[in-house]
Amino acid sequence: MGTEFKESITRAVNNANLTGALGKFSEAYKVNRAKAYEGIDFEELRGRIAELKGYAAAHLDELSDQFQKNAEACGATVFRTKDPAKVREYILKIAQENGVKTVIKSKSMATEEIHLNRYLEEAGIEVGETDLGEWIIQLAGQTPSHMVMPAIHMTKEEVSDLFSKEVNERLTSDIPRLVKVARDKLRPTFLAADMGISGGNIAVAETGSIVLMTNEGNARLVTSLPKIHIALVGIEKLIEKFADVATILQALPRSATAQLLTSYVSVITGPTPNSDGSMKNMHIILMDNRRSEMAADPKFKQALQCIRCASCLNVCPIFRLVGGHVFGKVYTGGIGTILTAWFDELKKSEDIQGLCIQCGACTDVCPGKIDIPDLIMEIRRRLVKDQGLPLLQKTIYAVVNNRKLFHGMLRAASIAGKPFTSGKFVRHLPLFLADLTNGRSLPAIAEEPFRDRIKKISQPKFKEKAAFYAGCLIDFAYPEMGESLVKILNNGGIEVIFPEDQTCCGAPARYNGAYEVAASNAVDNINALLREDVTYVVSACPTCTVALDHEFISTFESLGQTEWLPQAKILAEKTVDLSTLVTKLVAAGRLTMKEGQKLGKITYHDSCHLKRTLKVSEQPRELLQKAGYELAEMFECDTCCGMGGSYSMKLPEISAPILQRKLKNIKDTGAPLVAMDCPGCVMQIRGGIDQDGAAIIVRHTVELLAEQLEK
Amino acid sequence: MYQQFKIRAEGVSAEVYHFVTKEAALDHVINFLQADGLADTSGALAVWAECSFLDGIDRDALRKIAGLKFEVTRELAAQARFGISQMEWALADTGSLAQNSTAIEQRLVSSLPSIHIALVPTNGILPDMPTLLSRVHPAECRYLAMITGPSRTADIERVLTIGVHGPDRLVIIFVDELGGGC
Repeated sequence: MGTEFKESITRAVNNANLTGALGKFSEAYKVNRAKAYEGIDFEELRGRIAELKGYAAAHLDELSDQFQKNAEACGATVFRTKDPAKVREYILKIAQENGVKTVIKSKSMATEEIHLNRYLEEAGIEVGETDLGEWIIQLAGQTPSHMVMPAIHMTKEEVSDLFSKEVNERLTSDIPRLVKVARDKLRPTFLAADMGISGGNIAVAETGSIVLMTNEGNARLVTSLPKIHIALVGIEKLIEKFADVATILQALPRSATAQLLTSYVSVITGPTPNSDGSMKNMHIILMDNRRSEMAADPKFKQALQCIRCASCLNVCPIFRLVGGHVFGKVYTGGIGTILTAWFDELKKSEDIQGLCIQCGACTDVCPGKIDIPDLIMEIRRRLVKDQGLPLLQKTIYAVVNNRKLFHGMLRAASIAGKPFTSGKFVRHLPLFLADLTNGRSLPAIAEEPFRDRIKKISQPKFKEKAAFYAGCLIDFAYPEMGESLVKILNNGGIEVIFPEDQTCCGAPARYNGAYEVAASNAVDNINALLREDVTYVVSACPTCTVALDHEFISTFESLGQTEWLPQAKILAEKTVDLSTLVTKLVAAGRLTMKEGQKLGKITYHDSCHLKRTLKVSEQPRELLQKAGYELAEMFECDTCCGMGGSYSMKLPEISAPILQRKLKNIKDTGAPLVAMDCPGCVMQIRGGIDQDGAAIIVRHTVELLAEQLEK
Repeated sequence: MYQQFKIRAEGVSAEVYHFVTKEAALDHVINFLQADGLADTSGALAVWAECSFLDGIDRDALRKIAGLKFEVTRELAAQARFGISQMEWALADTGSLAQNSTAIEQRLVSSLPSIHIALVPTNGILPDMPTLLSRVHPAECRYLAMITGPSRTADIERVLTIGVHGPDRLVIIFVDELGGGC
């Protein structure tokens, strides 16, 4: 990552206004969004949206033709182009032909995308933004920090300073008064403007209509007062049927700002009369700018299902820390990363794609059903393919790809780490790794890895066998978790085998775009884990489970490698996470826990991969309660802890505040114990608690359950 | 559906009234205007856009009320404090109003003044937007406008503030006698 980029992150996370405003908003958003969707089957609704938008993305040419025909039949002029430069020229030409001196605009990301304002201003035309947030940032000479709330990063005091200059009057920071000042200041501009430029939230092919939504009422004025109206619409806004407008409008305001509907919705079909009796001069520009290339890409066509609600920003634990400016000048957040890679260029997304911690919070709320983290991974993969890996990473993966060398080095680290180890934590790392321990202690490498320890466990012989996939953390840092797992499964009548040749699950490589490395890890693991006939392949690390269950397959698919696919699918069938397997054993009466235990309060942290990819969240809670713990839920229990594998090492400045937030939420429950199903989260949270000094014990569910088994 | 509409509309800061007769509704409108400072000066005018509510009403008598105008121009609308129009439909599930606003006057009176008074036929209440869209033919309804509460923003510090570019009050008056929409 570039120094400049790193600096922009540091600036953002240290900007208390920004993180304060975004933090408060993200907390309120979650509650309000849920309320706005009350009585609506969100899964069903987003299924319909994904389908109708997916259909439109697959028929862009056809729908553009249909739109043009119908809009022109109603009297609008439709201009279609692939090229943003042609859009700018077209708008300027219309303006010059009609002697336009002033333009008013309602909010349009498409015009931001092509930097229209600057172009028109350079040609001597005055351009006024009228959306309050856009106007504020225009006055401040900035760019939007959020797609729906462009000025969310600014305080009322800053706004008051800007407005004071604008109206030559010392204003206070009273918000209603500032809003009134904006109304009064902009009203004459509206009335005098020669041309209105809007975007379009939806374009309907069947009728040639465009749909505009605002809360302020500025789009109504922009489309009503000037005699010329130009609507700039990206072709991804096309839908086929008029009736489907209702489907999108059911989701868009609810997901964007948790409103049932925006204050104003205008559905405009061709020109309407002006107040002097003449007809409006109406132009609709359908802009491609790589959208049809995107539609032709088997992976990225999905991104065209976006309805631009920005809910992926609103729930993102990273976005709420850094805000939009770190992402660049136009589209921000998760979807913005993808749009920047396409509408701008892949290279521009090089830094920002690294901001995604892959927690998947956005996939849960996306009304277009877009797998945003997966698409960001695909960007990473393509960047690595284009540019190769940085040297340091290359060296690391060369090691990871050679199991014997890798494991040998881990064993060596257990000795080499000694001078830096105090108790269970590495407290003093060499200087160049100092960032790693920022706000968090790292675990010491175990003296004896699990692969050695299991040989000393004498297991009863059972007919049913499970292969244990330990993953690097349990094998080399937390072997006691593996021992607990063996104890539990033995108790449930399953013998645990440990295939020695298992190696890294490939997640670190994959999450860094090194798919070839991940694929080679996958092959090694498939060979190791399927060698012996077992009923289950069990893991107590959700990231590893996801690798075995989903990612081996998708890695092969992304690379177009089919040879190992059938084996990968067999492995996926057998793969199960610890909590799900134990729940099964308990339900079948094969495993019983001590009766009537009163173990006191516990709180539970949901690991991202377990909850959102594997959809497991109730099972560990029920098991822990069955064992005798009293569950006290923490605030934002399923928000990422900030670990994200190597993320915490690459972006400690973001990972650390996310961890601090998690620690606070844990402490606020008053529980002396916090459980989780992921050794990575244990590493992050236990390390954080260690530095924090709080008297809270951090444990993997597997350890807690193993202690409460009926003998 | 009226009750559901009222709860939703009031939830977004609209004011909702209901009258059986046009006469009672008209009295309410005139009282409202006068109580709120209607006068024949810029900033205190009321502009009333053409609508079926006015059918059979003696406009000449109403014209005698200082500040009340039936000729809707851009200039008058920009100077008006009150805009009055008839909205054909109401959507119960979101508390929204809807109108074929193809005629510019309809938009001027509902967007430029700071108070918008909307007269709505009681049987124009529809359950939801899909029902509305199934009744509207865009080729004939060139500008379909939906209005849900007054103009609002949260662009400064996420604080909800009423009245930016549009009206800061939306007064909705249902009238049974108005019958159905167009």
